[in-house]
Amino acid sequence: MTDNTVANSNLGSLEYDPAPESASIARIKTSYGLFIDGSFTEPSANEQFVTLNPATEQVLATVAQASTSDVDRAVAAARHAYETVWSKTTGAERSKYLFRIARLIQERARELAVVETLDNGKPIRESRDIDIPLAAAHFFYYAGWADKLDHAGFGVNPQPIGVAGQIIPWNFPLLMAAWKLAPALAAGNTCVLKPAETTPLSALLLAEILQQAELPPGVVNILTGDGATGAALVDHPGVDKIAFTGSTDVGRLIQSRVAASQKRLTLELGGKGANIVFEDAPIDEMIEGVIDGIFFNQGHVCCAGSRLLVQESIADEVLRRLVRRVEQLRVGDPMDKNTDVGAINSAAQLARITELTAIGEQEGATRYSSSCELPEKGYWFAPTIFADVSQSHRIARDEIFGPVLSVLTFRTPDEAVAKANNTNYGLACGVWSEKGSRTLWVAQRLRAGVIWANTYNRFDPTSPFGGVRESGFGREGGRHGLEAYLNV
Amino acid sequence: MSDERLDVRKTYKLLINGAFPRSESGRSYEVTSEAGEFLANAAQGSRKDLRDAVVAARGAQAKWWASSAYNRGQVIYRLAEMAESRRAELAEHVALAEGISTKKAERVVGRAIDRMVWYAGWTDKIAQVFGGANPVAGPFFNFSLPTPSGVVGVIASQDSSLEAFVDAVLAPIAAGNTVVAIASERRPTPAVLLGEMTATSDFPAGVLNIVTGFTAELASTLATHEDVDGIDLAGVDTDAADELSAAGAASIKRVFRPRDIDTASSTRRLRAFLETSTVWHTIGQ
Repeated sequence: MTDNTVANSNLGSLEYDPAPESASIARIKTSYGLFIDGSFTEPSANEQFVTLNPATEQVLATVAQASTSDVDRAVAAARHAYETVWSKTTGAERSKYLFRIARLIQERARELAVVETLDNGKPIRESRDIDIPLAAAHFFYYAGWADKLDHAGFGVNPQPIGVAGQIIPWNFPLLMAAWKLAPALAAGNTCVLKPAETTPLSALLLAEILQQAELPPGVVNILTGDGATGAALVDHPGVDKIAFTGSTDVGRLIQSRVAASQKRLTLELGGKGANIVFEDAPIDEMIEGVIDGIFFNQGHVCCAGSRLLVQESIADEVLRRLVRRVEQLRVGDPMDKNTDVGAINSAAQLARITELTAIGEQEGATRYSSSCELPEKGYWFAPTIFADVSQSHRIARDEIFGPVLSVLTFRTPDEAVAKANNTNYGLACGVWSEKGSRTLWVAQRLRAGVIWANTYNRFDPTSPFGGVRESGFGREGGRHGLEAYLNV
Repeated sequence: MSDERLDVRKTYKLLINGAFPRSESGRSYEVTSEAGEFLANAAQGSRKDLRDAVVAARGAQAKWWASSAYNRGQVIYRLAEMAESRRAELAEHVALAEGISTKKAERVVGRAIDRMVWYAGWTDKIAQVFGGANPVAGPFFNFSLPTPSGVVGVIASQDSSLEAFVDAVLAPIAAGNTVVAIASERRPTPAVLLGEMTATSDFPAGVLNIVTGFTAELASTLATHEDVDGIDLAGVDTDAADELSAAGAASIKRVFRPRDIDTASSTRRLRAFLETSTVWHTIGQ
């Protein structure tokens, strides 16, 4: 089915000279404490763990493991700041703090991008052009809301909830921190944020930025740690609100654990996004969009377009072009400005991807993996496409959270919608067609929180993001994102 | 021979998929007035009845949501019209069920009907009030549309047999959801009456399903049903609500629990079972 003469054309084998970004700007310290009440403090139990560069397996820094008593301290600091300072700070003043933070992120953007890439393994092109600018934009957007909450559509004089406990994943570390903190602070809450175990560094840099912005102590507290730290935060009686982004399994656990409390909850969970391609799709844009939809950020994206549903009449052509394009993806050093696909974030994630793709082969799907050379050190997975996938296959049902695309086919729009909705998830979908009326017809019927038409994986602070069904509830971004942090 | 005519009594049945069956279990239970007089033998719905009701609600949901917002508003308004013409009957039932004076019950019924009108007017405002265009930085037309969660389970208030019931079922229905409601266990007859009125209000079959019976027996089936997207726990005590809320986590259910911030003008109930679907479309020549 693949056309090897095309796959091995000159275009496919163009060589690029290395173009590495300098790591020296990162200025990573050897060890970090916990950011509580405005300053870095040692963890009470003096437990620490290391964070690695997943591209090299080299240790980047030692960070503190926050214990239950550290969570106590952080929540107490957040409560005190809420009652004595932040709830008495006017919306206009909160607004100016958030604008300051946005500006400081912009000023230190390159440093943040380098740190993000070193700690996460994502290509510097993405952290530089997407993660960091979007994080700044998010603060900038919500800054403007802080003194306009009466106009947000939830009634007059909406009140904050109180102390928010926020737990974020490792796939977009700084951006997720911004998604959580910016609306919470704009709405007048104080926060205890727990970054992911494998990617704590950009959040710790953000703590420095909060100091530079002179945000009052205790308004934001940042605790590094593992799942035990997260569980202590979820269970803490002093927390009024939990916001979690991560897997659906952990989301279930959190929802059941806060059920017997008065805590508010929003969940942004997993997905198995369908990218639907009709025969009249703009083919060049579509191929790029499908590739970007699954290989962006190594597929470590909850809304990744991991199920391609392609109309039968063009399936062979689309598969041929996708396989060729995958062969051209530049996989390797995340710090190289030309890299398309970086390192898998952790050994554990690599093991999961490897296991699920092996199951894909066992279940009879046809595998095409890029023949790219993978570095010897670090965690790597060659971009992979599975053809001949049926709906019952694990690789069509389970969230792989890696650079693996499953290709299925359909004949009619009805069938496309039925297959797209045949999942318990409902985060994002794509529709590719030049026929606007059909695109909107499909969009109306998709059970998903975000639908991209003739594009994929677009994010913007003004645009609400979040899932339906088992992809979670609540929205982040836009006017809608305020609701999660207001007592309305 | 007495001049008095022997009255014809009504059988109080379930409302499932537009029909009024007895419980498949063949069971009924005695409903008395607040004063202890016999009122009715209500159907004692079973878990199977509840599951049938969920199937009916799921079957009706896509079509209900696909009908125009204008049409949905008219259907709900029609219910208000039907209720208005049977105010006296509703008031009599509310008075007996809740043990309040007829005068007070008439005011309750009036408020309940006004609430129907309120929701009738919401159907075609929801998209404008809760949706909108988003000014993203890029060549995209981006808009957010509120969409229904799907099938909503309502465990209705045990005390407010009509007024709270109307609020609990019509908020999700106005938003495009379909509903399976467990009526007040001790005071089910006003809800049953309302259900009968939907049959003459152009309510499509399955949009509102009402099961009477023992809340403790039925609630967990609703809260754990995988095809129920959201649940309103107004009619159970705190401990039970905690438990049912935790059970709903298995399928990430949207859970609504009454709070002290709920007022008549609050849109919290409307928003409780609304999702936001955001569509990005490229702009180009």
